[in-house]
Amino acid sequence: MNKNSEKVILLGHGSGGKLSHDLISDIFVKYFSNKILSEQTDSACIPGADEGIAFTTDSYVVDPIFFPGGNIGKLAVCGTVNDLAVSGAKPQYLSASFIIEEGFSITDLEKIVSTMAEESRKAGVQIVTGDTKVVNKGKCDKLFINTAGVGYLPRKNHSISTGQKIKPGDKIIVNGSVGDHGVAILSARENMSFSVSLKSDCASLNKMIQSVLSISSGIHFMRDATRGGLATVLCELSETRGFGIEADEENIPVLSSVQSACEIFGYDPLYMANEGKVIMVIDSLDVDKVLDKLQHNTFGKKASVIGEITEKHPGKVILKTAIGGTRIVDMLTGEQLPRIC
Amino acid sequence: MKYITEFRNKEIVSRLVDYITSISKKHVRFMEVCGGHTMAIQKFGIPSLLPDNIELLSGPGCPVCVTTNLFIDKAVAYSRLENVIITSFGDLIRIPGSTSSLDREKANGRDIRMVYSILDALNIARKNPDKKVIFLGIGFETTAPTSAAAILNADAENMENFYLYSSHKIMPPAMEALIDEGVDMNGYIAPGHVSTITGSGIYKAIPERFGLGCVISGFEPIDILQSIYMLVRQYETDSPKVEIQYKRVVIPEGNVKAQEMMNKVFELHDDWWRGLGVLKNSGFALKEKYERFDAEKMLSVEVEETIEPGGCICGEVLKGIKKPSDCKLFNKVCSPANPVGACMVSNEGACHAYYRYNK
Repeated sequence: MNKNSEKVILLGHGSGGKLSHDLISDIFVKYFSNKILSEQTDSACIPGADEGIAFTTDSYVVDPIFFPGGNIGKLAVCGTVNDLAVSGAKPQYLSASFIIEEGFSITDLEKIVSTMAEESRKAGVQIVTGDTKVVNKGKCDKLFINTAGVGYLPRKNHSISTGQKIKPGDKIIVNGSVGDHGVAILSARENMSFSVSLKSDCASLNKMIQSVLSISSGIHFMRDATRGGLATVLCELSETRGFGIEADEENIPVLSSVQSACEIFGYDPLYMANEGKVIMVIDSLDVDKVLDKLQHNTFGKKASVIGEITEKHPGKVILKTAIGGTRIVDMLTGEQLPRIC
Repeated sequence: MKYITEFRNKEIVSRLVDYITSISKKHVRFMEVCGGHTMAIQKFGIPSLLPDNIELLSGPGCPVCVTTNLFIDKAVAYSRLENVIITSFGDLIRIPGSTSSLDREKANGRDIRMVYSILDALNIARKNPDKKVIFLGIGFETTAPTSAAAILNADAENMENFYLYSSHKIMPPAMEALIDEGVDMNGYIAPGHVSTITGSGIYKAIPERFGLGCVISGFEPIDILQSIYMLVRQYETDSPKVEIQYKRVVIPEGNVKAQEMMNKVFELHDDWWRGLGVLKNSGFALKEKYERFDAEKMLSVEVEETIEPGGCICGEVLKGIKKPSDCKLFNKVCSPANPVGACMVSNEGACHAYYRYNK
C-alpha cells in the first residue's frame, strides 16, 4: 500500500485485537501517558493508604441492541462491573451516559433502562450519575451507552490486574463455555439466516469473583475475556508477563451450538467474544478449592482448568490441540465480527 | 453422527499416525491446494504429529491469495463510481491493492458490504433498484456454481442493476503448471469442495501425465491423515492414481447439476494468477449471452497502474517453493494486522496460517 496515503480508522481498530492494541499504545497512551494508565489494566488502580480505588469506563455500541440473553443496557452494566471485579475491586457506583439517535423508541429506551436498573440491583451497585445526548437521525445507530464505574480495591488485591505474582506452575481457569456472546450476537443479526438456541453469557461476575477472593489468596491474575476472546487474553498475558502458556484445547469448554456455528462461519471459538467469562491465573495449591467454589456458582458451573504458566517458550501461547498436536495461539487481527459489545 | 467429534477422535488420529509412520520409508513432500486444508492442517497441529520424513506444502488453493493486484485495483475503482454498492466475501475486503484496499475505501465512505453468499448480493440488488450492485466473484469450482445460479436468477428476473466481476478460476491448470515448473513434490492432497462439484476426473492427468498421486481429501484431521496415508501408500508402492478419501461427500462424477449451470453461464479464458502468471484456460468469464451482467463489459472505469509490493514472495509461497518464514517481510513488515501480500490476509492463506499457528 502507498506509504504516503493517510492512515484512517478501520473497523479492525475496534476489534480488541492487535490493531486496537497498536492504536492504544501509538495514540492514547502516547499522549495521556501516566503511571496508572501505562499499566493498561481493565480498571485504573488508584492506590490509597489502606484501601485504593478502581476506576473504569467502557462504551457500548452492540448491534442489534436487543439480543438473546440481554440488551445493550445489561451489557453496559455487566461489562463495567466485570472490569472492576476482575481487578480485584468491589464495584460500588456507576455512571451512565446515553447517546440517542433522533426517532428512537421511548418504549425501547425504557426497556433498556429498566434492565440496567435490574442488573445493577443484582450486582449490588448504584447508578449515581449520568448524561443524555440526542443526535440527528443517521448520526449514530439507535443508541450508544457509556458507563463508568468505581469500586473499592483492597491493598492485597493490587497486584491482580497486572499479574505481578504470576509464576510458572500457576494454573489457568475459565469459569465456563467460551464464545457464547459472539455467536448469540451473530445469530441475532438481520442478515443471518440461521438460528441457535443460545443465549449471550452476559452477566455480572462480581459476586462470584468476591466469593473466590474470600477463600483464596492465590488469585494471581484475572481478566474478563470480552472482545478478542480467550485467545487474546492468553496472548496479552504471556506477552506482558514474559512467561509461556500451555493450554489444552480439550479442556476448554465450548457449547456444541457455538462449535457448530463457528465451523459453518469459519470462526474460532477461542477468539469469539464473551460477556460473562473471567480468566483466572491461580496458585496451583488453590486449584481444587477455587474450582469447587466456582462450580457452586450459577456462572461457574462449567469452570475448568484450561492450562498453565510455564517457563518454556516465553511470550508464546502453545495450544495442545484436541487431536494431540500442538500449535501457536496468536492475537486476533482484523475484526472477527464488528460491534459485538 | 455429528461429523465433527468423530473425525477428531484422538485414538483414531494416533492409530493413523502409527500406520503412516510404519509404511513411510522415503522422504516425501505432499502439497495441498485448498485453503481449507491449509487452515485445518495448521489449526489442528497436524505437522507436529507426522514423522520427519513427511513434509506438507501449501499450494495456490486460497482464492483470495491467487487474486491479482489488478483485480483489487479494479474493484477499488468500481467502488469509487457513483451509485454503486460493492458486495464481497469478507477476506477480499482487507487485501491491499496497489495504493488502496476495499476496507480503506469503506472507511472513506464507499458502499462496500460483506456478504456470506452471492444470493445476499442479489437481495441487496433487489432492495436497491436505483443502485448498481457488483459482486466480486472469486473462488474455484466450489463458489463458481453459486455465481452461475445467481446469474441465472438475475436473468430470469430481468434484473438490470446486478453485475458480476468474475475472477473465478479452475484448479487443474494451476496444479499442472506447478508440476511443469518443476516444484519438488510427490503428490497432491486434492481439494474436497472443488471435487464435490467437479468429481474426480479433472485430476486424471496428474497420475497419467506426471506420475504423481492425487487423493481427494476431507477437512477434518482424520480425513487429512487418512489422505496422507493413502498418498504414502501410493508413493511407496509406485502406483500413482486418483483416489477419493472424502467419500461421504465426493462422487466420481461430481455434482452434475452444478456443472451444467457453470457451463451454461461461463466459458474458459486465459486468466492471471498471483505468483503463477497467466495460465491458459484457467478462469471463468461470463458467456456473451449473459454479458449484460458482466461488470467488466458494462461498467467502464479507469484503473490505476498496478504496483506489486516489493520484497513479497507470495508467488513462491503459492508455488510451495518457499515457506512463509523464508520471506524477509514475514512477521516484520508483513503480519495479519498489516498485510503486504494476499497470503497474509486470508485466514486460508499460507502466510496467515503459518503466522497464526506456527510462527
